[in-house]
Amino acid sequence: MESMRYDAVNAIEATGLVKRFGKTTALAGVDLVARPGRVLGLLGPNGAGKTTAVRILATLLRPDGGQARVCGYDVLRDAHQVRQLVGLTGQYASVDEGLSGTNNLIMIGRLLGLPRPAARARAAELLARFELSDAAGRTVKTYSGGMRRRLDLAASLVGQPRVLFLDEPTTGLDPNSRTDVWAMIRALVAEGVTVLLTTQYLDEADQLTHDIVVIDHGKVIATGTPDELKARTGGQLLLVAPSDPAHLTEVAALLESLTGAEVATDTAAGAVSVPVTDKSLLPRVVRELDDRGIELEEFTLRKPSLDEVFFALTGHRADDDDTKTRELENTK
Amino acid sequence: MTAFAETPAVQAPARRLGPGTGLRNTFTLTWRSVLKIKTNMEDVFGLSLQPIMYLVLFTYVFGGAISGGTHKYLQFSLPGILVLSVVFATLGTGLMLNQDITTGVFDRFRSLPIARWAPLAGAVLGDMVRYMISVAVTLGFGMILGFRIETTPLAAAAGCLLLLLFALAMCWFSALIGLLTKTPQGVQLFGFLGMFPLVFGSNLLVPTNTMPGWLQAFVKVNPITALTGAERGLLIGGPVGILAVRSLLWALGIFVVFAPLAVRVYRRKT
Repeated sequence: MESMRYDAVNAIEATGLVKRFGKTTALAGVDLVARPGRVLGLLGPNGAGKTTAVRILATLLRPDGGQARVCGYDVLRDAHQVRQLVGLTGQYASVDEGLSGTNNLIMIGRLLGLPRPAARARAAELLARFELSDAAGRTVKTYSGGMRRRLDLAASLVGQPRVLFLDEPTTGLDPNSRTDVWAMIRALVAEGVTVLLTTQYLDEADQLTHDIVVIDHGKVIATGTPDELKARTGGQLLLVAPSDPAHLTEVAALLESLTGAEVATDTAAGAVSVPVTDKSLLPRVVRELDDRGIELEEFTLRKPSLDEVFFALTGHRADDDDTKTRELENTK
Repeated sequence: MTAFAETPAVQAPARRLGPGTGLRNTFTLTWRSVLKIKTNMEDVFGLSLQPIMYLVLFTYVFGGAISGGTHKYLQFSLPGILVLSVVFATLGTGLMLNQDITTGVFDRFRSLPIARWAPLAGAVLGDMVRYMISVAVTLGFGMILGFRIETTPLAAAAGCLLLLLFALAMCWFSALIGLLTKTPQGVQLFGFLGMFPLVFGSNLLVPTNTMPGWLQAFVKVNPITALTGAERGLLIGGPVGILAVRSLLWALGIFVVFAPLAVRVYRRKT
């Protein structure tokens, strides 16, 4: 019966997680659920508590309150079982700089109890999979940021985890390396691995996640699929770019008076945008612009990006990382 | 393509660590520490150049003033420089632990189903190799400069063993500092602040009777004095028994105080 246990349940299940660092409350009762074989995105601004949540779920931190289970195992009571089921790739690549790529992976294989030849074979297999075979014998110190991140990902896969925690796996990577890492994450998900992903890049969440939990100030402020969240901020976004940038202010004033909503002007792009809930407004906008003889470069209606959703939900942009929370953890 | 999800994953995870797993984990991590010595040339240079520098400087700068001749002084100072090199080498343990924590390597270890204490024990055991290098270089280069063992090879070997045992205790002090400080610079600073008075407030380089009375009182109870005395006895002859026993007792005392403290701080971080 024991063996059936975690196939029937959610891969990750947390209720009412609380964590305090001194006087700061990093998590003030967070609930989240990750379904098996899916990618759960954990989003939130600077210091929202994303990293703290991941560290609790990966058994690195003890919560001050609440409960969390991974594959049905309690992260506190059954920490040893949880550790056999999860892989962790931290925000700061946690590979040993002083060892070669191969030896990093062999070390982890040996720690997980693989016999030496098996550990060696597993290392070679993972290095090939993450396109690191050529650099396998080199000290990690000589690796680029993208290579390190791939090795870190490989390191978290040595034990064939069922649940993978990726804490900002692409922070600081160039666009090419990011796309590489995305492809690798997709391949893992296709093999049935459940992923909990924190990220500051909303396009990344848009690309990779099935479900999203948004936290701010240690609390969950929204949950849903990316599409649900986009729908929630209400309607669509109208973007108007006049051919002559001199008309920008006039267009902005017109849109504001017609929609009654707040208009965002992007001078660099030479465009203004405004949320639109009532689509019958559109013909009027076009008519009024035509009446004034303003020629248009662009006139588009689109769904808001997750970035805009995020802004609407939290009142700030999703930039930077959880450096502050991390510092707090370290002072503890 | 690979065996990620295809493995018969319905096999339930083990409830606890199997017997012997902790030791096996420790040996794996010892292997890691030793490998790191090999790949880190700076460390190897530091370990071997420092004793050479101490030997050359102290012998030729102090030799004439203290003993009226460099050869005579070398016979007196080499056992002391052995102690000094090994004690300072223990700082490496703290540095490495500190580095593991700041780079996130420890987070990875802690996320693995291994014995909680294995990373600490592995680091300490791995460092024994570093201390051996330090001892071998000091003794070897000293002999090139003209140092002669005046006792038996067996006594000299016992001297080396005593040094290693003492280092095995001291490195827990270093480990504690490595766990408590935030940066490698902090480890260096607090490590030296702790070790300098011990190392130089002893008869390691200078005979005790040349110092003022209050200092002599400190020097006489300093564990480094006992250890240096025992090393002199074992390498160039003289009283050994009581000094060796005192060194061992000190080592035991340092271990008993600092090892549990380091483990406690480590666990609190875990």
